[in-house]
Amino acid sequence: MKKLLLAAAFAASFTSVAQAADYVVDTQGAHAFVQFKVSHLGYSWLHGRFNTFSGDFSYDSANLAAAKIKLDIDTKSVDSNHAERDKHLRSGDFLNVDKHPKASFVSTKVVPGADGKFDLVGNFTLNGVTKEITIAATKTGEGKDPWGGYRAGFHGTTSIKLTDFAIKNILGPASETVYLDLVVEGVRK
Amino acid sequence: MTTQKQHFHPLHIALHWLMALMIPALFGVGLWMTGLDYYSSWYKTAPDLHKSFGILLAILLVSRLVAIRLFGKPAALGSGWQQKAAGIAHALLYALLLAIMVSGYLISTADNRGIPVFGLFEVPGFGEFFPEQADIAGTVHFYLAWALIVLVVLHAGAALKHHFVDKDNTLTRMLGRRNAAASSLDKTEI
Repeated sequence: MKKLLLAAAFAASFTSVAQAADYVVDTQGAHAFVQFKVSHLGYSWLHGRFNTFSGDFSYDSANLAAAKIKLDIDTKSVDSNHAERDKHLRSGDFLNVDKHPKASFVSTKVVPGADGKFDLVGNFTLNGVTKEITIAATKTGEGKDPWGGYRAGFHGTTSIKLTDFAIKNILGPASETVYLDLVVEGVRK
Repeated sequence: MTTQKQHFHPLHIALHWLMALMIPALFGVGLWMTGLDYYSSWYKTAPDLHKSFGILLAILLVSRLVAIRLFGKPAALGSGWQQKAAGIAHALLYALLLAIMVSGYLISTADNRGIPVFGLFEVPGFGEFFPEQADIAGTVHFYLAWALIVLVVLHAGAALKHHFVDKDNTLTRMLGRRNAAASSLDKTEI
C-alpha cells in the first residue's frame, strides 16, 4: 500500500513538473532512426535507412495535442547495405537526389489516442512532392538520462505509395508500398 | 625505340583482337544493361557478366602491356605527325581502359563487396576510398567509356585509312601477315 501511494505520488509529481519543452532529435549520438522496408518480389523484405537527418520537436506530456515535430532527411544518405543498389536508389529511378536532396516531415496536428498512442498528422515531402500522411506513434518513454540531460523517445510507423510521390514503381506490384519506421529520441534543449 | 621491330608478337596480335572484340561488346552491354527492366531475365545476369568480362579485359590489358615490354612493338607508320598522333592515341587508349576498369571496380566494391568473376574466383573489395564513391565512379565510368569508344572509332578509322588510302601495312601487320619488304628488313636485322 505504501509502495502504491509512493508510486502515485511520484506519478503525480512527474506530470506536474512536465511541461512543454523543446527537444532536439539525438542524431549526434545516433539514437534516432529513419528506416524503411519494401517487399522484394513479394517473397521477402528489403530493409534500409537514411543515415543523415535532423529534427526538433516540442512535447508536453500534459498536452500531447500541442506537440510538434519537424524532420529533415538527406536523401543522399540512403543506405540499404549495398553500394550498387544505393546508387540506383539515389538515381532518377527512385529518389532523384540530385534534384531533390531533401525529404521532410512537418507535423500539422496530433490526435491523441488510447494507451499513449497518438496519430501524428503532417506533410511529408519526398521527391519534390508534398502529401499529408499520418504516422501511428507511441511514446516509448521519457526521463532523466544518466549524463545530466532529459530525454523523450517515440516510435512511429506509416506507409507511403511510391507512385504518390511521383516515383515510378519498377519493382513490381508487391513493392508498391514502402513502410517507414521512425525511432525518435529527443534531448531536451 | 631500341628495337626496329617490323612485326607484332603473335601474343600481342591475339590480345589486340580479343580486346577489340570485348571492348565494343562491354560498351554495348553496359549501356543496354543499365536500362533493363527489373523483371528482365538479364537484369542480374548481364551486370554479372559485364563485371566478369571487365576483369578478364583487365587481365588481358596487363598481359598486353607486359607483352609490349617483353617483345617490343613496331613503330607507327606514316609521317612524323601521324606517328606522334598514333603514339598519343595508343597511350590514351590504354590509359582510358585502365581508368574505366578502376572506376568500374570502385562502383561495385564501395561497400566492401568483392567482384565474382564467372563464379570462379572473387576480386576482393576494399570499401570506400572517398565519399559518394559508387555514384562518382559510376559517372566517370560512363563518360570515359564513351570517350574510349570515340577513340576506338578514330583508331579503327585511321587503320582503315592506312590500309586503303596509304596502302601501307599498318592493318595487315596487326593481322599477322608479313609482307616481302618487312620480311627482308627482318632478315637484315638478323
